[in-house]
Formats: sequence, structure tokens, C-alpha cells
Amino acid sequence: MWRDAVLVAGKDLRVELRSRVTTNQVAPYALIVLLLFGFAFDQDPYILTHAAPGLFWVAVLLCALLAIQRSFGLEAADGARDGLRMSGLDAAGIFLGKALAVAAQLAVLEAVLAGGIVVLFGARLGHPLLLGATCVLATVGLAAAGTVYGVMAAGLRVRETLLPLLLLPVVAPVLLGATQAWLAAVGLSSGGGWRWLTLLAAFAAIYVALGVLGFGTLLEEA
Amino acid sequence: MFDEVTAVMRSAWYWTCLSGYRCHVAMDPVIRLRSAVALAGRFPVLAGVDLDVWPSEIVLLQGANGAGKTSILRACAGLLRVAAGEAVVLGVDLTADPRPVRRRVGLLGHASALYDDLSVADNLTFAVRAAGGDRRRVAPALERLGLLGRLPSTPLAALSAGQRRRVALAVLVARDPELWLLDEPHAGLDAEHRDLMDALVLDATARGRTVVLASHERHRAHAIAGRIVEVAGGVAVAPAGPIGGVGPGRGASPIPAVEAGRVA
Repeated sequence: MWRDAVLVAGKDLRVELRSRVTTNQVAPYALIVLLLFGFAFDQDPYILTHAAPGLFWVAVLLCALLAIQRSFGLEAADGARDGLRMSGLDAAGIFLGKALAVAAQLAVLEAVLAGGIVVLFGARLGHPLLLGATCVLATVGLAAAGTVYGVMAAGLRVRETLLPLLLLPVVAPVLLGATQAWLAAVGLSSGGGWRWLTLLAAFAAIYVALGVLGFGTLLEEA
Repeated sequence: MFDEVTAVMRSAWYWTCLSGYRCHVAMDPVIRLRSAVALAGRFPVLAGVDLDVWPSEIVLLQGANGAGKTSILRACAGLLRVAAGEAVVLGVDLTADPRPVRRRVGLLGHASALYDDLSVADNLTFAVRAAGGDRRRVAPALERLGLLGRLPSTPLAALSAGQRRRVALAVLVARDPELWLLDEPHAGLDAEHRDLMDALVLDATARGRTVVLASHERHRAHAIAGRIVEVAGGVAVAPAGPIGGVGPGRGASPIPAVEAGRVA
């Protein structure tokens, strides 16, 4: 399973390195989203500072949609999904590989967005350990849930519009948990940040388990 | 080595059976379909196909557009679910779970099943390693298909349709599966590579592989096929039997084994 996961993740990341869609299109898109948030809040430093964690994760969600669409768009083109099915790769390995590749891209985008909110909104990054744990768990959860719903929508002609409809409501706990944990990390929330990590960890665990167990069936039915 | 010895023994065994007796009852067919039904949505794309294909045979499926040739190939590859009837490929019951057969089967379909952004060599390496093969098979396959010079490092998106077809064929050669399923294998190839395609098919069956192909290029396909199966309306309607002058090493099966409404 892990050999197959590494093989699939390596293939997806090599495709991204060759096409540079993440660096040349999605990352600039993420920064434009932040700029638009800045215009919407009229450069009010107080609002922007307090809203920065939430805006960061909304931007991450929007970028995650693009990364997941792209991940399954690759397989939809020129019968590549049939090639993947014919290879006999372990379905759990395919799931983990695709989720790993999406997570790696999200990690890069989060680094770009974190720089963006510091420069554009004057946000603080606060407690590094709590912030790092939040990013890791939220990224794993988003990548796992995105890969599960991505393959569900993959075989449909309306996948581009259906995926956001399926995924965004489902990942609301990630938005809530990650935003609250970040607010706690920078001292803008009275609650303890670590308890929000429990929510993020539970979400990630559920979707990783769902993907490992159910991806094969979803891939066959898509 | 073992495969070659097996193929030679099988050919010799076939020659001993040229009188037309049904000697193949002693062997298991590579493909056995009985009243196989497959659906695309609610539409039956296969409406009760009966077909036996024996080891080292080259079987040509021929019929009009929409007759069901591609569906038979996809069902045998385990990509199209057989909803009713019997379907056994390489000893795997496709009605129970088609996944175990896929790694042992190669399908050259209308689509290349490759990645545009990856180079030719990267595509082949991924396909071979994903199928559990040795990456050292990549270079000989590229050479066999004439994909040399700068082509291995060229992204697939930059290639012509014919070159893409050759890359897809190189994947098949590098994987060297037990059963080759070829859907319009000559499409998009120039004359030189059509000849190469035929040589690869004959070489594969000489090594004990089995080939089922669907083609509208009758002249070419008839020249290499050992047996023809007519397909219409999602069923195998009429077996044309063996083609004269085809002997062992060219995938010939000496046994037409025709039953009413059945192809065996």
C-alpha cells in the first residue's frame, strides 16, 4: 500500500512540477483572494488582524478545491483513470498517494498565504507549535476529505460545479477548528487552542480511514 | 525462457490437433464468456455474449460501429462490469471481482491512458512500476517502438497522435501482459508502424500471449488473425472460423468449434 502511495504521489507531484499549475496559477490566485479580502474590509487594521486567521483558511479552502479538481482532472483526461485501474495498484495506496500530493501542494500554498496575511493584513503568527500542529492536521483533513469527494465527483460531467457543493459544507469543521486554534495561538481567543486540535485530528482520522477503506469502491463506481 | 518453451510446446500440441478435433477441451480458455450481459447505465452494451478464446490465439472481433466490440474488450479487461452471465478471464471470475485480472491484462484503447504533462519515459516508467514491473523494461520498449533521441524526454502533449499511439503501445510491450486487448490498434499509425504493430502481435503470441483485437482494417487484421468473430447488437452473432493459411506461431487456432448462435 505504501509503495503504491509513494508511486502515485510521486507521479502527481511530477505532473505538477512539469505543468507548474500550482505555482503559476493557484498561488497567484490565492494571493488575489487575500487582496480582495483586504479591499472588502477597507484596510481596517483591527478587522483585518482579527479576521486574518479565518480569511487565511477560507483562502486555503478555495485553493484546496482547485488542487483537488486538478488532481482528478489529470485522471479524467485521455482515459488515464482506466490506466490507473488497469495497473492493479492498491486502491488505498492510490487514495493515500493522491491525498499526499494534494497535501504537499496545500502546504506550499499555506506558506504563501501565511506570508500574504503577514504582509497584507499585518497578522501575527503567534505560538509556532500550536500553529504548526493546526496547519498539519487541517491540511491532512482537507486533503483526505477532498480526495474522497474528488473521486466521487470524478466520473461526472458536472464535477467542476458538484465538487464545491459536496466538499465545502463537509469541511466546515476544519474551517471552524483551524480558525479558532489560530486565534488562540495569537492570543485573540480566550479558549484553549489545543482542544480545537482534537476536532481537527478527529476529522482527519475519520476521512483518512474512510478513504483507505472506501476509495476502491468509489473509484470503481465513479 | 519458460514462457518461450511453453509457447513452443503449445504450438507443437496444436499441430497434432490439426484434424479439427476439439483438443482444447483439455486446456482452460483464456476468455470464457457465456450469456454475458453488461450495462452502460440502463443500456445493455453486451446482450448475452458467448465467446471462448484459447491460449496463444489471435482473435479478431469485427462488426459495425456500436456493435459491441469495444465493450467486449473492456469487459475482458475488467473495466466494464458484467452484470449477468458467466465471465472468466485468465481464471478470474469477473462477475465476482474483476480487479485481480487487470494487472495481467493490457488494453490498448482509443484513449492513450497516459499523462500529457509527463515525458514519454516518465509515462512508461510509471505505468510499468504501477503494474509491478521492472523499470529496466522501459528502455527496450522505447527502442522497439522507435521512440529514440529526444522523444523519451518530450512531454506527451507535444507528440502527434501517431506518436502517442506508439507510446501507448510501448507501455503494452513493456508490461507484456498475458492477454493483449487491442481496440483499433492500427489507427493513427503510419505504414511502417502498422507493420511493426503486426509484428509485435505475432511475436506476443509466439511467446504464449493471447491477443484479441477489434479492427475495421480488415485486410491487415485478417492477415494476422487466427479466428474472426462477428459482433452485432452486443452479441457475437456469427463466427467466421479460422483463416486459411495461418499456422502455429501466428496465433492460429485449428478449432472453429462452432455451435448454433455461439462462438467457442
